[in-house]
Amino acid sequence: MIKKRNIIGALVVGITGMASFAVVASIVVIMVNIIAGGMDTFSISFLTESPKEGMTEGGIYPAIIGTFLRVIIMTLVGVPIGAVTAVYLSEYASSKSKFAQMIRFAVNTLAGVPAIVFGLFGLGFFVQFVGQGMDYALEGGSGLRWAQPNLLWASLTMALLTLPVVIVSVEEAIRAVPRELREASLALGGTKWQTIRKVVIPNSFTGVLTGGILAISRGAGEVAPILFTGAAYFLPHLPASLSDQFMELGYHIYIMATQSADVEATSGIQYATTMVLLFCTFSLNFIAVVLRYKMRKKMH
Amino acid sequence: MENGQIRIQVKSLNLWYGEKQALENISLDILTNQVTALIGPSGCGKSTFLRALNRMNDLIENVRTEGEVLFEGINIYDKSVDAVELRKKVGMIFQKSNPFPKSIYENVAYGPKIYGIRDKKSLDEIVEKSLRQAALWDEVKDDLSKSGLSISGGQQQRLCIARALAVDPEVILMDEPASALDPIATSKIEELIFELKKQYTIVIVTHNMQQAARVSDYTAFFYMGELVEYDITRKIFTTPSIKHTEEYVTGRFG
Amino acid sequence: MDKKISHKPSDIAPDGFIRKILFFGIKKKNKNSLEKRFRLSEFLAEKIIAATSFVSFAFIILIFVFVFREALPIFSGYTDKQSVISDELEQETYGDIPSESSDEADRHEELHQSEEPVTIPDLLSTTWQPVSLKPKYGLVPLFMASLKVSLIAVLIAAPIAILAALFTAFFSSKWTKEILKPSIELLAGIPSVVVGFFALIVLATWIQDMFGLEYRLNAFVGGVALALSVIPIIYTISEDALSVVPKSYTEASLALGAAKWQTALFVVLPAATPGIFAAVLLGIGRAFGETMIVLMATGNAALFSLNPFEPVRTLSATIGAEMAEVIFGDTHYNVLFLIGALLFIITFALNAIAELFIRRRLMRKFGGK
Repeated sequence: MIKKRNIIGALVVGITGMASFAVVASIVVIMVNIIAGGMDTFSISFLTESPKEGMTEGGIYPAIIGTFLRVIIMTLVGVPIGAVTAVYLSEYASSKSKFAQMIRFAVNTLAGVPAIVFGLFGLGFFVQFVGQGMDYALEGGSGLRWAQPNLLWASLTMALLTLPVVIVSVEEAIRAVPRELREASLALGGTKWQTIRKVVIPNSFTGVLTGGILAISRGAGEVAPILFTGAAYFLPHLPASLSDQFMELGYHIYIMATQSADVEATSGIQYATTMVLLFCTFSLNFIAVVLRYKMRKKMH
Repeated sequence: MENGQIRIQVKSLNLWYGEKQALENISLDILTNQVTALIGPSGCGKSTFLRALNRMNDLIENVRTEGEVLFEGINIYDKSVDAVELRKKVGMIFQKSNPFPKSIYENVAYGPKIYGIRDKKSLDEIVEKSLRQAALWDEVKDDLSKSGLSISGGQQQRLCIARALAVDPEVILMDEPASALDPIATSKIEELIFELKKQYTIVIVTHNMQQAARVSDYTAFFYMGELVEYDITRKIFTTPSIKHTEEYVTGRFG
Repeated sequence: MDKKISHKPSDIAPDGFIRKILFFGIKKKNKNSLEKRFRLSEFLAEKIIAATSFVSFAFIILIFVFVFREALPIFSGYTDKQSVISDELEQETYGDIPSESSDEADRHEELHQSEEPVTIPDLLSTTWQPVSLKPKYGLVPLFMASLKVSLIAVLIAAPIAILAALFTAFFSSKWTKEILKPSIELLAGIPSVVVGFFALIVLATWIQDMFGLEYRLNAFVGGVALALSVIPIIYTISEDALSVVPKSYTEASLALGAAKWQTALFVVLPAATPGIFAAVLLGIGRAFGETMIVLMATGNAALFSLNPFEPVRTLSATIGAEMAEVIFGDTHYNVLFLIGALLFIITFALNAIAELFIRRRLMRKFGGK
């Protein structure tokens, strides 16, 4: 009896262990595959050159720059708005406030909305609605400048996509600031805003930073929302203004892997591009993990 | 009650947390430059009462207050009163020492800075004066840039006292300031209270009967949200007029 | 929170406002007054913060409004077709994977001629042919495809993720935990386009060779790839559900002489079921809306079939592949938005149900105390 029990026990441990191993193994397989496929093509000049010969040769410089610009604009817009909203939710709104409850509900809902739906919104709202309005206002409706997919609209769409991530993680960070510290400041005659500015924000800074980085990393790897809000297949020049289209790493991978004339011939470029994107998002995640670890350590 | 100048006059104060009444019809006078101790079993409302004196309860949702707390002749619950201004004059020390994760210097300078004092020399003076008043100066004067969290628990609590003194309050409320400290640190805090009452009016909540007897001039005994008895400390601990008080101070319950 | 001391706009009548600013400095020095003060920075901070929150709220609402608004015209037949054609991106044919593609080549020659309103029966037909002389907008094959791929993904991901969560919670040593948890985070951090790329280039070939399949890209490949992006969600929430089961349960069971694995399977796992169920629902929701992976790995043919080894075109992939080449305001455009709205509703419903389960679990947990 006892023997049978032990055998089943070992089996249970074995099976669950194997499932865990499968998860780890799948990551290793993906990474090894991509690095093996991309290593030969990858070089410094791959990062600094434009695509050549109908994108069958050359590098991915414009795509890197495009991704970088997109991420920067997205961050500059999304992180401050999200962080301030989080401050509102945790510091100003009472838990009974209808407005705060509505924001929370909306944020939760937004977090579950598929990325492609954000793309639709970007197209319907930014490109067609706002863009057309701007063209009408700025150029009398004759020109077509803003009412088309571009860097600005893609970045703003992405900012919205990352908004829930920012709000949730910043709010969490702010709530982790001990109540005693707020009380200390208020009992000294500090006003609410002074307390937020001098006590709450400095003490949740690491958390805010982590949230920002996680949001950036999520946004940097996401392609679906920019499919039709601004990413371009190939551009001979870098985007010169916000109303220009741009090349983008993830989109480049998608295009090269599915649309290029000779998929085999560009295989090396595809792998190497994927490797670069993977490296970028992993480094961002890694920084976020380290920061979070530090934060937790500090709190204990 | 003996004569003395009244600093805070509480008149029929009632307080509710949501539906639950936490303070019932409390009236009492707190006298200038005296130490008033609030005693009673946990949950009796003594801490709530203390926090009602500088409107710290405002920060808790669902708290409703009725009655009057007169400070300098003004009801602090009047609509025209600014709670921030009030707290500048009625400071508070908490049960758990709560220095900011900043340097010792910055901790003490926090209050003056938010009042707009920027001048380095004035700040230095305030910091030194406050730390001296809190009997901490000699221990930390060479480490002012060290983190406020790096010193011992007793020192941290005295740092919090120094921080409160730096904004030049008139009344200091202490919520079991020594409950987390060892006996030596506790006695240092008690000595300090004795010194401070020369300049400040002090209200202290304590669990520790001996501490109340040692440091206070007046003692108020709270039970189930009501003020049972309020008198000169000596009288409360020797010949209380209410039986309930006697049972509590002699340790028969609580 | 601090309602009593905050400054409501009504406190500051215009003349009072100016007066207060003018006398701001003087009042500050008047040390003996407890009178309420107007603090400009305080006032501005609160207003700006509230306004910003309103902006983010407004945008979230706008998403609902715009996605549904653009979907509605198909039912009325009203299409505000524009002279401006939105395909200056003429060169692009999204989702046009070499292994597939029959009717898509001549897509651009064809014109959208009939602009009759789309009826519900049209949408419920089994043919999706948006670009032809007589466009057909049957959503059924797309919906079936999404369902098929999501189910495959969850059927693969859920057992692996839940077992791995059990392993983490009960059997793993400290160092295996320290490998597993970051690995899961790493997996969650892989962009979906990378997973899609891996599925398209590597996984599809492996699976084709392994099973001797006719189509290299099919629902099964998409499902397997999708499982990779669903595992982290199910794992994280399941692990959370397992870890909040009260310690007293475990201890009681162990004290009765049950082995660790018996406790895990027969005591903790059942107690955590609602949470794990919620995790699976969230996983389905995620799989349903995921775009890049299915766009790249499923072959994108809108076939109506139940065979998991045939190419499919999911709802999300349809938007991704076709949106860039439709004419703004035409029926096809609106139908794609309708699909978006549908995805929105489905994922919303799944999330709401999942949340319900998580709530109930929490209530039970607190009710027990």
